Amino acid sequence: MIDVKAVRADFPILERKVNGRPLVYLDSGATSQKPRQVIEAVARFYREHNANVHRGLYQLAAEATDLYEEARAKVARFIGAAPEEIVFTHGTTEALNLAAYSLGELLVGEGDEVVVTAMEHHANLIPWQQLARRKGARLVPVGVTPEGELDLGELAEAISDRTKVVAAVHVSNVLGTINPVPEIAELAHKVGAVVVVDAAQSVPHLPVSVRELGADLLAFSGHKMLGPTGIGVLWGRKELLEKLPPFLTGGEMIREVWLDRATWNDVPYKFEAGTPPVAQAVGLGAAVDYLSSLGMEEVRRHDLELTARTLEGLLERDYVTVYGPTEPEARGGVVAFNLRGIHPHDVATLLDQEGIAIRAGHHCAQPLHRLLGIPASCRVSFYVYNTPEEVDTFLSALDRVWEALG
Amino acid sequence: MSPYEEVILEHWRNPRNKGRLDAPDVDVVEANPLCGDVVRLQLRVRDGVVEDVRFDGRGCAISQAAASLLTDMIKGKPLAELKGMKDEHLLDALGGVIRTRLNCALLPLRALRKGLSSA
Ligand SMILES: Cc1ncc(COP(=O)(O)O)c(C=O)c1O
Repeated sequence: MIDVKAVRADFPILERKVNGRPLVYLDSGATSQKPRQVIEAVARFYREHNANVHRGLYQLAAEATDLYEEARAKVARFIGAAPEEIVFTHGTTEALNLAAYSLGELLVGEGDEVVVTAMEHHANLIPWQQLARRKGARLVPVGVTPEGELDLGELAEAISDRTKVVAAVHVSNVLGTINPVPEIAELAHKVGAVVVVDAAQSVPHLPVSVRELGADLLAFSGHKMLGPTGIGVLWGRKELLEKLPPFLTGGEMIREVWLDRATWNDVPYKFEAGTPPVAQAVGLGAAVDYLSSLGMEEVRRHDLELTARTLEGLLERDYVTVYGPTEPEARGGVVAFNLRGIHPHDVATLLDQEGIAIRAGHHCAQPLHRLLGIPASCRVSFYVYNTPEEVDTFLSALDRVWEALG
Repeated sequence: MSPYEEVILEHWRNPRNKGRLDAPDVDVVEANPLCGDVVRLQLRVRDGVVEDVRFDGRGCAISQAAASLLTDMIKGKPLAELKGMKDEHLLDALGGVIRTRLNCALLPLRALRKGLSSA
């Protein structure tokens, strides 16, 4: 069991009042709050060790490089990978753009196909749209069942000899659905396609082992897992990373440069052009330490408890529609919903008056909202510092919104 | 819950001038694609004056209440006067609008301006 009281004491922002009420932060799916361990690790880096990495011949530069590489090793251990398989990026979005660009150059040509799902965040959709346009390839979308799950039958039909890439989200940031990545990977690998997983909502919340998932490339962001903004990860199988051409080019990613050509550095450095987000990587290392000390099994259990309580409360209110699976076990710690006839923005604004922060909008998943037949939705999402009492506060505030506007 | 002043709640619950006009002189639709708010504004103009007005739409309480209130404000007014209408006129009449929602409140005014520029 997570000692939520002790955890909360680590997050300075939770002492804040919003509109005169204690902050109830229910938007960790957008970005998580940060414990002082992370804030201090970043500050300590700037105060004591700041220098550029991999270039200085002096003591500080060596310390900075060690800390940066130590962070890489921590992240690798956290997801069951080797350090050279961890490429630091600025976030999930950059990691997925890297994947789409480099895979496109390596193996996608005219008439080839890229399979995506209708529940993707724009970050795992638009890079593939752009790739298809650039290469004359075809984007093949796979639908979602009425229960909010990926239509595996449709997926099996969509995958063919022409499929070069299958890109899918691990945990949907709207429906909360946990997609069966091992099954997706099995279908894709049968035809030799590469599997790219958007793990932005899963790595922060579930125990993830990249070997067990069976994916080939996997992306996530530090800021959603207690770490700083500006740091993200692309994990890739080493053999694949070695074959992939670079995405961003410039300093650091090269071995030898002539005026008219260059050769590339080893992985992962081949993909880390320019000065990386060093302090942010160090902060992410501290975040991973924090999550590991809680234990990811426990983090998952805690999310599950809050999600179950929320689902139960929402489903028993007849003015609420919930999107996605109704079984908490089938979900990450994300619940999207709407109040009958009330725009989500009104719900979010009214809850904010009571210090409750929720997300309202299309959550960067417009095609999914079109599929659901709604312009927008409300979303609550949880993390290690949220309590069952906060869920109750949220639910009773929702009743007041309904009274005011329903 | 205070950002929804009584005016907003009142117009949200009892919208004025909601519906359609036959053969309007001005007929405009304006939308906030990001949130799906839509306002349609129709005017009948006689001798440079707004003789009748209707609105229709869907979306949040603020955008729809603002549209309703705006129809009340412009009925019987000369077009020349409406062309000089400032954001503040509508926002003040609404009892003030929270910063994060100004876009919603001003949607019907954008529709009016679009309609006037083509009238
Ligand atoms: C499922 C999913 N994919 C991708 C992203 C994009 O992450 P970032 O904005 O950190 O690049 C997010 C976060 O908004 C997300 O929830």
